[in-house]
Amino acid sequence: MELLKNPAHRAWIVLMIATVVTWYLGEVGAAGTTAIVAMLIVAFVKGRLVILDFMELREAPRMWRILLEGWLILVSSLILLAYWISLK
Amino acid sequence: MAAMTTTQVSPAPDAHPTRRLPGDLAIWFFILAEMLAFAVFFAAYAFARAKNVEMFNTYQQTLDRNLGALNTFLLITGSWFVVLAVQATHKDNRPAISRNILLGWLCGGGFLVVKVIEYAEKFGAGISMSTNTFYMFYISLTFFHFMHVILGMVILTVLWVQSRNGAYGSHNAHGLESGAAYWHMVDLLWIVLFPLVYVMR
Repeated sequence: MELLKNPAHRAWIVLMIATVVTWYLGEVGAAGTTAIVAMLIVAFVKGRLVILDFMELREAPRMWRILLEGWLILVSSLILLAYWISLK
Repeated sequence: MAAMTTTQVSPAPDAHPTRRLPGDLAIWFFILAEMLAFAVFFAAYAFARAKNVEMFNTYQQTLDRNLGALNTFLLITGSWFVVLAVQATHKDNRPAISRNILLGWLCGGGFLVVKVIEYAEKFGAGISMSTNTFYMFYISLTFFHFMHVILGMVILTVLWVQSRNGAYGSHNAHGLESGAAYWHMVDLLWIVLFPLVYVMR
């Protein structure tokens, strides 16, 4: 359990599990709004871990954290909007 | 709301002495510019798909999701090794710094090999950028990212050589942190690219 004290190790484990989740959703042919939202949430969680624990922006000046997390929100929103339009 | 914000802001959180941006300020501006370019690219893909849903869904099925997921695994693990290299500088563990940079580089190399296998299969089947809109996006997006992986590996090579010369330790991790930030960006971009192009339908 000593290993789990390192935020980088914790992030790596969650990132691996999240990757399997996305891969599995593809394997079962998940499609439609719920699937898209689920995949975007998984991608958001993964991206945030990379930003906070790999890029080490958790303790960085707030502006940089907001800029990078903002990018994730922007990209996810644009993708969601495009998928929502495609359903109409 | 405004009143709440004011009371929260008054202790000036950014003035906290421990808040520090890892690496060079310039690399972060560069990373931001790269990320914006990819954001435009991702949005272009999603909106082009909205106009040709059936075509995108059909050809997406020809992509190898297993290889895409394997590559996600390789980039995340490569990023993780480079974090360990940065952490090793704080302990002045010189061998661990070089070793982890090298392991991160090898993960990048593995990514390139997998991607080349994927491209060979597609190009071998006579598919090109001009086959259809889906493949135009698939090839250009992934190749644009591919070039970023190559640049990341060039940076890691420089960092590895520097680390072998004892450039990094608790006295100085600036260059290593800058290169590491770029390498993590390559990972971050793939984390969005993989579900978007390979899985979402």
